[in-house]
Amino acid sequence: MRFGFNFWLGAGLTALVIFAGVLAPWIAPFDPVLDADLMSSELPPDATFWFGTDAQGRDVYTRILYGAQISLTVGIVSQVINSIIGVTLGMTAGYWGGWWDDLVNGLTNVMLAIPSLIFALAVMAVLGPGLPSLLVALGLTNWSWTCRIARSSTLSLKSQGYVQAAQTLGYGDLRIMFTQILPNMLGPILVMATLGMGSAVLSEAALSFLGLGIQPPFPSWGSMLTDARQLIQLAPWVAIFPGLAIFLSVLGFNLLGDGLRDSLDPHMRTRKP
Amino acid sequence: MTAALLQVDDLHVRFPISGGGLLGKGRRMLHAVNGISFSLAKGECLSIVGESGCGKSTTALSILGLQEPTEGMIRYRGQPLAGPGAPGRMQRAKAVQMVFQDPYASLNPRQSVRTSLAAPLRLHGVTAASEIADRIEAMLANVGLTTEHANRYPHEFSGGQRQRIGIARALILEPEIVVLDEPVSALDVSIRAQIINLLLDLQEKLGLSYLMISHDLSVVEHMSDRVLVMYFGQVVEEGGWREIFEAPAHPYTRRLIAAIPDPEKALNSPAQENNVAYPSSLKGRSFVSDGSATLDVFSAPPPSELIDIAPTHKVRVALPLAAETW
Repeated sequence: MRFGFNFWLGAGLTALVIFAGVLAPWIAPFDPVLDADLMSSELPPDATFWFGTDAQGRDVYTRILYGAQISLTVGIVSQVINSIIGVTLGMTAGYWGGWWDDLVNGLTNVMLAIPSLIFALAVMAVLGPGLPSLLVALGLTNWSWTCRIARSSTLSLKSQGYVQAAQTLGYGDLRIMFTQILPNMLGPILVMATLGMGSAVLSEAALSFLGLGIQPPFPSWGSMLTDARQLIQLAPWVAIFPGLAIFLSVLGFNLLGDGLRDSLDPHMRTRKP
Repeated sequence: MTAALLQVDDLHVRFPISGGGLLGKGRRMLHAVNGISFSLAKGECLSIVGESGCGKSTTALSILGLQEPTEGMIRYRGQPLAGPGAPGRMQRAKAVQMVFQDPYASLNPRQSVRTSLAAPLRLHGVTAASEIADRIEAMLANVGLTTEHANRYPHEFSGGQRQRIGIARALILEPEIVVLDEPVSALDVSIRAQIINLLLDLQEKLGLSYLMISHDLSVVEHMSDRVLVMYFGQVVEEGGWREIFEAPAHPYTRRLIAAIPDPEKALNSPAQENNVAYPSSLKGRSFVSDGSATLDVFSAPPPSELIDIAPTHKVRVALPLAAETW
């Protein structure tokens, strides 16, 4: 399998975010919460505070490293939940058809019609702010495309000879779905999950920006932007660096997803002279 | 002839075609199979021939339990194989298996040959690792492959080898009946003879009964004991292969046989159709269709009957009163 430049750029950016999040406790020069010092607030970037300091005098670089943990957790966990829901509904709908298919299709259409961020806001309003409810909210709201793809892949795989052969060999429906159909549609599902990680990171930032996500004083890129809002003219670095972190990680996930899709799908592969 | 292993009586399959109306308005039925009856004896090869869309594959799917019949009875050793009282997939699996047409789509690309063959055995209660290994080895040897092939994946094989794996998978549960759905039509001409001979060897060695679906009449002529000619969901002619190929009675059968490419004939004399006189038993009878007109698949076929013109040779003709000469 050959991967293009985009894939490697995306993989590099994603790897950077993963390293930042995992190694934060060892590589961060300060503590993200406790090292507040009002004497050194709103300092511009220098040799000690690489990305400057915020209104409470906390090191922005340290907080961005710890913020990566939140973004990664949200991105991965919410996409795992989305994929499980989407694949389960889509695969059973495509395989069994009938009223169950109609029901799942209707539900998918309803989910697609509601803007997912608004729906996530509603879920957060019910569950209250915090990381666990953020994971549930984002995990429950973005499965519709995965479901669509799982359903259409199942419909085309169902007519393959090996699925019919499994039926004549006596396999049960669930066994056929998990041993014959699921392994053959993992590629597109993985691509959807990777692309979805980008939008989950964005949604987390948006919800935290609105004050519904990660609660202060703990750092998340979205809540850092909220805090930076009043300072944007006095200390632009407090807003620029979390913004850049969001931009680069979302770009990384999207490029990774696109690159995976291109290399998994021979029809999308561009011909090189 | 021994007692029938498989008995199909008056099988009908109709598919609802949605006509666009919300409340089922304009819902039409597509008549795929219209009253097929036949029997299959142990050790016999019965071929169903006919053009695309004539219902031969639907008939096979009904026998495999992949398509529920609308009407009619399918019995295996006297026990119903469809409708109420039908066995589940597990019991059915040991009676009927299938070899698929396209060897490239019939093997799961993510499973090694060993997994494809071992999983059904485990499912059917063979748990001892040594027994599974022995049966896989024996089956691979039966189809002309070796144990080294077991750990490979489908993409590492050629079309002919894949079809051998497909045959091994169909036979691993030791079924009595094997449905062959165009078993060689997707293969290179040079490989076809090998696969046909393999199928004939296995039939003799394992005492298998074949139900072959094909439109390749040269393969049918080589393999079958009896032939069923289907046209628009009905049997238009049934008989031993010699009767079908040497004395075809129905005009559709004659046209099919005349369509077999024969280099000798093409070089020496112009093609002659229907040059054999119709049997005297058909005197005064006429055919509903000669197979050149398109029939309406959304309504039941015009009334007709299957009459005997020889002890094992039947042909479909129009009812005497409704007769209409074509």
